[in-house]
Amino acid sequence: MTTDNNKPTPPDSAGIINDVTSSDYKWGFTTDIATDIIPVGLNEEVVRTISRLKGEPEWLLQFRLDAFKRWEKMTMPRWAHLEIPPIDFQAISYYAAPRQRKAPGSLDDIDPEMKRTFDRLGIPLEEQKALSGMAVDAVMDSVSVRTTYREKLAELGIIFCSISEAVKEYPDLVQRYLGKVVSSRDNFFAALNSAVFSDGSFVYIPKGVRCPMELSTYFRINASGTGQFERTLIVADDDSYVSYLEGCTAPMRDENQLHAAIVEIIAETRAEVKYSTVQNWYPGDKEGRGGVYNFVTKRGLCRGDHSKISWTQVETGSAITWKYPGCVLAGDGSIGEFYSVAVTNNHQQADTGTKMIHLGNNTRSTIVSKGISAGRSQNSYRGQVHVAAKARGCRNYTQCDSLLLGDSCGAHTFPYIDVHNDTAVVEHEATTSKINEDQIFYCNQRGIPTEDAIGLIVNGYAKEVMQKLPMEFAVEAQKLLQITLEGSIG
Amino acid sequence: MNPLRQYLDFYDANAELIAAHAAPVLNDRRPEARAALREATLPAKGAPGYDIQGIDTLFEPDYGINASRLSIAADTLEPFRCEVPNLSTWLGFQVNDSYIDGSMRQLPDGVMVGSLGDAAREFPDVVARHYARIAPLDDAQVALSTLLAQDGICIYVPRGVKLAKPVQIVNILSGNVPIMASRRLLIVIDDDAEAQLLLCDHTQSSAPAMLINEVVEVAVGARAALHIYDLEQSTPATRRVASLWARQAEGSSLHHGTVTLTNGITRNNLHVAACGNDTETRLLGLAIAKERQVVDNHTTLVHQGLRGRSNQLFKYFVGDEGRGSFIGRVKVAPGAAKVEAYQSNKNIVATATARVHSKPELEIYCDDVKCSHGSSTGQLDADAIFYMRQRGIPEAMARMMLVQAFLSDVTDAIDIPALATRLRQLTEQRLGNVKALCGDCKADCHNPINPKQ
Amino acid sequence: MLQINNLHASIEGKEILRGIDLTVNAGEVHAIMGPNGSGKSTLSAVLTGNPQYTVTEGTVSFGGKDLLAMPPEQRAHEGLFLSFQYPVEIPGVSMTNFMRAALNEKRKYHGQEPVSATEFLRLMREKRAVVELDNRLASRSVNEGFSGGEKKRNEIFQMAMLEPRLSILDETDSGLDIDALRIVAAGVNQLKTADNATIVITHYQRLLDYIRPDFVHVLYKGRIVRTGGPELALELEEKGYDWIKEELDDR
Repeated sequence: MTTDNNKPTPPDSAGIINDVTSSDYKWGFTTDIATDIIPVGLNEEVVRTISRLKGEPEWLLQFRLDAFKRWEKMTMPRWAHLEIPPIDFQAISYYAAPRQRKAPGSLDDIDPEMKRTFDRLGIPLEEQKALSGMAVDAVMDSVSVRTTYREKLAELGIIFCSISEAVKEYPDLVQRYLGKVVSSRDNFFAALNSAVFSDGSFVYIPKGVRCPMELSTYFRINASGTGQFERTLIVADDDSYVSYLEGCTAPMRDENQLHAAIVEIIAETRAEVKYSTVQNWYPGDKEGRGGVYNFVTKRGLCRGDHSKISWTQVETGSAITWKYPGCVLAGDGSIGEFYSVAVTNNHQQADTGTKMIHLGNNTRSTIVSKGISAGRSQNSYRGQVHVAAKARGCRNYTQCDSLLLGDSCGAHTFPYIDVHNDTAVVEHEATTSKINEDQIFYCNQRGIPTEDAIGLIVNGYAKEVMQKLPMEFAVEAQKLLQITLEGSIG
Repeated sequence: MNPLRQYLDFYDANAELIAAHAAPVLNDRRPEARAALREATLPAKGAPGYDIQGIDTLFEPDYGINASRLSIAADTLEPFRCEVPNLSTWLGFQVNDSYIDGSMRQLPDGVMVGSLGDAAREFPDVVARHYARIAPLDDAQVALSTLLAQDGICIYVPRGVKLAKPVQIVNILSGNVPIMASRRLLIVIDDDAEAQLLLCDHTQSSAPAMLINEVVEVAVGARAALHIYDLEQSTPATRRVASLWARQAEGSSLHHGTVTLTNGITRNNLHVAACGNDTETRLLGLAIAKERQVVDNHTTLVHQGLRGRSNQLFKYFVGDEGRGSFIGRVKVAPGAAKVEAYQSNKNIVATATARVHSKPELEIYCDDVKCSHGSSTGQLDADAIFYMRQRGIPEAMARMMLVQAFLSDVTDAIDIPALATRLRQLTEQRLGNVKALCGDCKADCHNPINPKQ
Repeated sequence: MLQINNLHASIEGKEILRGIDLTVNAGEVHAIMGPNGSGKSTLSAVLTGNPQYTVTEGTVSFGGKDLLAMPPEQRAHEGLFLSFQYPVEIPGVSMTNFMRAALNEKRKYHGQEPVSATEFLRLMREKRAVVELDNRLASRSVNEGFSGGEKKRNEIFQMAMLEPRLSILDETDSGLDIDALRIVAAGVNQLKTADNATIVITHYQRLLDYIRPDFVHVLYKGRIVRTGGPELALELEEKGYDWIKEELDDR
């Protein structure tokens, strides 16, 4: 019998961590494929060009032009606790499409280079190789490359395709719902997106259907000097259910890339939508050069009574993140949830949280936010809970915790709580503390190196949120947490 | 229109008159204040930190300013409904912005409680070092106060002196036409000194609007302790904009309590800079906002030193069409290790037309800290009400007892026992039928040292 | 003393009581038993006037008066007392203040003067002894930080203070160890007179070894399906509730 006293077997999650501790941002490669990029700059003509390139109907062009006119009059918001260098919106190209011979009807039509890209990202475009039980819409730069399992889903009446295709094939549905949850008036980036959005996913779950597999969109920014402005629209009709996942990566580039997306969700009576994000855009290098600016507007409308929308997000990437996935709880008895882990390291800045707007009676919301800051990063939770005067019997519970690793980072909590009636119960609790040194020492004493110990502790700290993720994502998200925090303890 | 304009015009036209009736040390700061106001605006609703109520509109009416300092009559006996039984104090009055002595002459040697003008003659260095220097002139409200203030009160406790009983200042806002009073208070507690201060706010006026623009500057020396309790019992026509700016040196202790029982529109800003190491800070707030009262408290507590401890507790009861707002920010500066900061805001919304806005904020730039905050807004516990009714306690009384219990965390934390007792009675009166609860009962059960067994 | 006729009650539209008939006379002890969810606690809540429940049909007269027409506090003043299954914690309200308010309101209702401070404190001391309640507990906030056993003893202490005509003990035995159970039961027995009555709601026979019932009723699906003497409780203890359920559900 051999003895190995000085090196006990690390627990499972430490094993995962060991796999990845050697790597930096491993998704930082670029793909060498032909890309159609329109010239940089933004004006009415560019908006018209995008619409024309995509062969859009007149109403959509008008939608874009209205948004563009609004955007021109707006200025970039300054209220968040972020330092955003001035962005030259005229130095960005607003449309980049990987060149394909024709629309990707079959797999053979897809550029093999692009297929390899998604393989390297762990997103095989071949259905037989795909993760079981998950349908994927792969989006590179501005356009959807391929959507798997479309036919199988169609048998149930589920529509899952790129939004460009949806505009052509289901114009009534798109027109009925597009911009209804996030209006182009909403904010600067929402207006920008509404003017220039290129592609994204469209989901429609018909009445009474439980979507049998996870639907997923994988976003990839590839071309340089471009922005990505995708738009996702999910409609869950009465008594339906869908779980939707979103993942994203980008190459390492010295310059900053802009990502300004919109996600709209509508849940009708008794419908339930679960939306999970693992956001891993390139965060920039250790000195804070490069990285994606992630300015995203995500909102769900619980329109029907007893509907439910649940957001789960693991935010590890991006140089600057600015997003507040929210729920408008309009239907009586509707439920909104927000579970978030946001990790920042080096020079990353994150200002993220949620908005829960209680309009219907007996609506409930739960917010759990776990922030982890390391390096010289700044990590803020910003969340609003609003209970309208006519919304009787509403409940909210918010828990937000911040963990600090290192003495040069910041962790901030900015809740806004507005209660306009005498039947609501709204509770908010927050704590901020450093990582527990006793726990680290305990791990060290058991032979676990400090860096692994931090990974373990942080994963434990974030567990409440992580376990809300679908299995396939949970493992990847755990790895991501560890990688993001690498080198955070000197 | 920028509501500052009328005040600037008034100043520009009356600068000499204002200066002629004020101490030089006050006049010295006016040019800088005037310059600071050139580009300034008073915060409007929606400005950062002014979520439900701007102060710009409070300054809009055409208030009179008593620049030539005519004597204004006030009844200094009437406010004694705020008298605290069993509490002996050194007493002084302030009518609008003029100090009137009560019993301060018996203060220990070297201790000064008096008008800023007198203080400027007696302790010119102390006043010049702190006046309009602790409060920043880049704050428009402070700059406006500094521009127009002609007197105020100075409290100075020299090194090592520990005052045996509290200093009580009864503020009376008086006048039969709308008047704005620029109230200044400078409190300097030297190293190792200790003092307790009780401030009571009253309005005696039939005018449709009265405005207090108050700036309090506080310097707490090393190892010194200062407790301030500020009790507002004014009128619906009263607008109060008050800011306190405190600096705490090493090892010092500052306790501040803000109690609003009756008022019109009140905005209290508390800015505490815990500059030294090992400071202790406690901020308490209690507000009952009924009818159309607006109570808007804003705290900013910055920990700059090591091992700072702070605790904030603000509780509101809002009913009728009352509005309560609490915005509290705890900031831990880089390097301020081992800080422990806690903040709690709890509110009861009693009617469908009352509103509460709560924004507790943590801004932490140092990892070795323990900070937490909590906010809860809700109603009285329905199970508790039923339990009490089952025991025969009528619903209205059950509710009252529960509100009183809800507020008792704050009153219990007040470290002048006689004042805590008095506040329990005052809150009960404000909440309604004190008689119904106590009846002819002789037991002194509101006194925390009892109940007798 | 208490006469319940065809009582129906529901919560959030769900009918729980479906026609209860029960008569309780002075000097009697009634036990109401039944499986979980049969409506036992609903009955106590409805009798005491918990606003969460709606009476849809039936009458209840208490001492000749219409009980259902009274607000909860008046029912208390008339002498109806509930020992709660889950006594409510009321932070910030001292036991002393709470009891004084309850006692004086009752006295006021009956046209009596409030008790003097000395008399009140004497009463508190005397009644505490009934359930061996610590002096320390009486000076704390109502039920706050009390153990399960202390809460139940505190209930019986309040019963002793208020001297009700009819006491309903709702699962007073749940969560009690054998010593606490004995103390609570002894307290209840000590308070027993020929003029008052007790309804004991319980799931188990255990408590009935200490508080001897004159009548045992079995409640099932919102109705009293069986009434007997103490032997019925023993039978239930032995055979469980299933045989009753089967018998009834088969019909």
